[in-house]
Amino acid sequence: MSVDTKQVAKIASLARIAMSDTECEKMVPELNNILDWVEQLGEVDVTGVEPMTAVIPNHQRLRDDVVDADPKTGGNRRDDVLANAPVAEHGFFGVPKVIE
Amino acid sequence: MTELTQLGIKAIRDGVAGGDFTAREVGEAFNAAVAASDPLNAFLVKTPERALEAADRIDAKRAKGEDLGSMGGVPIGMKDLFCTDGVETTAASAILGGFTPRYESTVSQNLWDAGATMLGKLNMDQFAMGSSNETSAFGNVISPWRKSDGGNAAMSPGGSSGGTAAAVSARLCPAATGTDTGGSIRQPAAFTGITGVKPTYGRCSRWGTIAFASSLDQAGPMARDVADCAIMLGAMAGFDPKDSTSLDMHVPDWEAALSDDLSGKRVGIPREYRMDGTDSQILDSWEQGKQWLKDAGAEIVDISLPHTKYALPAYYIIAPAEASSNLARYDGVRYGLRDLPDGAGLQDMYAATRAEGFGDEVKRRVMIGTYVLSAGFYDAYYTQAQKVRTLVARDFEQAWEKCDVILAPTCPTASFALGSLDDDPLTMYLNDVFAVPASLAGLPAMSVPCGLNGDGLPLGLQLVGKPFDEQGVLNAGLAIEKRAGFSAQPEQWWS
Repeated sequence: MSVDTKQVAKIASLARIAMSDTECEKMVPELNNILDWVEQLGEVDVTGVEPMTAVIPNHQRLRDDVVDADPKTGGNRRDDVLANAPVAEHGFFGVPKVIE
Repeated sequence: MTELTQLGIKAIRDGVAGGDFTAREVGEAFNAAVAASDPLNAFLVKTPERALEAADRIDAKRAKGEDLGSMGGVPIGMKDLFCTDGVETTAASAILGGFTPRYESTVSQNLWDAGATMLGKLNMDQFAMGSSNETSAFGNVISPWRKSDGGNAAMSPGGSSGGTAAAVSARLCPAATGTDTGGSIRQPAAFTGITGVKPTYGRCSRWGTIAFASSLDQAGPMARDVADCAIMLGAMAGFDPKDSTSLDMHVPDWEAALSDDLSGKRVGIPREYRMDGTDSQILDSWEQGKQWLKDAGAEIVDISLPHTKYALPAYYIIAPAEASSNLARYDGVRYGLRDLPDGAGLQDMYAATRAEGFGDEVKRRVMIGTYVLSAGFYDAYYTQAQKVRTLVARDFEQAWEKCDVILAPTCPTASFALGSLDDDPLTMYLNDVFAVPASLAGLPAMSVPCGLNGDGLPLGLQLVGKPFDEQGVLNAGLAIEKRAGFSAQPEQWWS
């Protein structure tokens, strides 16, 4: 499978990366080289093979459903959470208007 | 007195504890080395005051007769992938410019709890994506090593932990943290003549470490010898309830159990790692490594890892797929860069911010990842790659019936000149061909220096072990280290 400029533009839009036509064109051969190369995986007989989901067997742990269970990562950390925001107002993240 | 910057972790810890010198003296010596290291571009942020404050705390504890910890008074460098409370952390990216975490990663906190102190944050490939340290938004790290041909060509320290590798080999710090997703500890360790360990997946918490590919990322130590790696890994590792993939297992005392006696051990030599085009000097070093392990009492056995050839292409689907998802959080809303063109809406802001803030290699991988996860291609690429990953891991499981540890080269070549592979991402990816299989299988692995090639550049040998058997890997590494007697250092041209 290979991609063309139109498909690269579509991927860029799915990936939320603004890309000019020139940049898309430049990326076409780069992506195709990599995709051609990974194509060799198709040679591998994977009949009856399960896709890997966990590299080291481990059981799923769930934390207690308690707010603020860990003082560093629980609730009541609003100021820390907002400290690095490009725009924060009234205790919220500020973003451009979404609905007219 | 020996120059303090020549000392490793163990020598510093024991010297501080025994009163041969103070932690402050050690901190001052390394601060001076770091301050004079700008031509290497290894440090993104220097924290000399922080290093001295922590050193003074250690000296005060000693005066009171308290326990100083397994790394008491040892100043280290911290790869910029680890969030450090109050110190800018960017993963060498523009998109995280100005990000100052309000929390500490578990691995770095564990190190401070063990008595270590921080000299600063180390440059790296942007978001750990790269094998040459040429993708940082803050410029390339220059290896302290140069070819012995008399030229001054700037060489690659490897990547992604290139700042770490350069800093440790240039004696700017006795040790530093690295992270390994597909070889990012082992390859730069090999390129710079130092020792680096990637532990079993889950040994070190990923909490507070900026994510690249979550099913692969694993932190580990990079230091000058095996014993120092054993000490530092012991300090970094441990169960962390904040990381759901953290191993809830006892951390053995790797340092105490170090032994280079390999009697009764079988060392596997994977025949598929003898690839066309591998440098003959690398093959020679591999032969030499076999002999050293035999001398240490081990039996050498031939093994087969039949899916080796497919590990790298599988990796270059799985890692970008996970990266495209992990890096979705960089959108200009919560932290870092925001690019808001005039009159733009939310979607335009995301796209402009990410276009502005990500480097070319990061964009390439996010694009590949988005493509292989998109409707219509998911099964053909992603599911297929995950099935191949199962087969790669099964190869190793079958190999463990025949051997206890595997010996292989770390990389197919020694370090190369910066810029020489610029237009060739695929050739760059091939650098990790020997490192990636162990990453896909989550196995502990390390690189130890074994000598210099004809150009005077370091070469490394890789050891891969069974899950949770860091000790077996470290002991085989020690057997090589003792016999290789590697003591070469780069000539100090940068200050």
